[in-house]
Amino acid sequence: MAKTIGQEFVKGLWEEIPPFRLVLGLCPTLAVTKSVENGIGMGLATTFVLVCANILVSLLSGVIPSKIRIACFIIIIATFVTVVELMMQAYAYQLFQNLGIFIPLIVVNCIVLGRSEAFASKNKVVPSFADGLGIGIGFTISLTVISAVRESLGTGKIMGNQLFGSSFEPFSFMVEAPGAFICLGLLLCVMNMVSSK
Amino acid sequence: MREMVKMVIVLVVLSSLSGGLLAGLKNKYQERIDNQILTFVKGPAIHSILKDASNDPVADRFSLSINDAEKVFFVGIIDGVPRAVAFEAFGGGYGGDLGVMVAVDVQTDEIINISVTTHNETPGIGSAVETDTDFKNQFAGKKAVGDFKVKNDGGEITAMSGATVTSKAVCSAVQRAGDMYQQVKSQIKDQVKNFTG
Repeated sequence: MAKTIGQEFVKGLWEEIPPFRLVLGLCPTLAVTKSVENGIGMGLATTFVLVCANILVSLLSGVIPSKIRIACFIIIIATFVTVVELMMQAYAYQLFQNLGIFIPLIVVNCIVLGRSEAFASKNKVVPSFADGLGIGIGFTISLTVISAVRESLGTGKIMGNQLFGSSFEPFSFMVEAPGAFICLGLLLCVMNMVSSK
Repeated sequence: MREMVKMVIVLVVLSSLSGGLLAGLKNKYQERIDNQILTFVKGPAIHSILKDASNDPVADRFSLSINDAEKVFFVGIIDGVPRAVAFEAFGGGYGGDLGVMVAVDVQTDEIINISVTTHNETPGIGSAVETDTDFKNQFAGKKAVGDFKVKNDGGEITAMSGATVTSKAVCSAVQRAGDMYQQVKSQIKDQVKNFTG
């Protein structure tokens, strides 16, 4: 069942979109989606790590002994995560302050390790690149959607712009942790309704 | 045996490459990151304690070496006279180092005010140190010399309720700042003259 490069890319956008379809990487999903800006920032950081790690893992898959593959993957992933962290400190310090500990925690994001283990180590470079990019963009889209729902309902604003009239009373509950679970659950429910038709 | 050697070699090579790459990147971007920290972390702290300064204290700075470490001093021009210096010192808090920016009047040796730059204190308890101006105002007007202690330890500072460890950390940071100030007072006074309104 060989897929084309295009299919490898597109599957990350709906069929296997994280965290809805691949229910992985929930920790950053629930934690940073308080605002759209954070959601996009986190998504792009993860995408960069995913793409780079996928490429390198698929290049090195012949060299890495299978017994220590997980350790090797983690070294590769951790390296790129630190690169992202340094770059964010250098060029987007406020985003770095907002995301805080969740940037270094991309290392243990199961999506990244999952793609290295399940896909990149068994495939060639180009499909791995497409897979990483697709899953990464899918993740970014999901985070953006979740954070858009949470930010608009929770604060009445999107990226600092007032959405509703002044009579709108924000559900501050939505930007708290339980709101994240409820929002994720409802969106998953909508996705299932759409795809079951 | 051969397999084992291969595993060791792969891990060593991978780790060294990763370490080398990251060290190189960090070196390259360190200056930029320091600037960002200056703008987003130290900047607001400095501005908040040197409200009366007519210049930009973040731009007017000099550094001195104290005990082989470079320390940056920010100069505030008040009433046309460069009489205030702000610098950072650290104390051991509940969650690691707690940074305090201390502004001292070089003519009277009195502390103008203090502000917290970085901390990892418990949210909602120790983290109140960011906003608790009553606590921080206790340091204003005191001579930047000698012991700063909370009342429990026989000092004059009233600790924040429920956050004794954090309060002590602030005291020890201010005390270190005082020690540093006394150590290089004459150099500071010489340097400060170079800045004019």
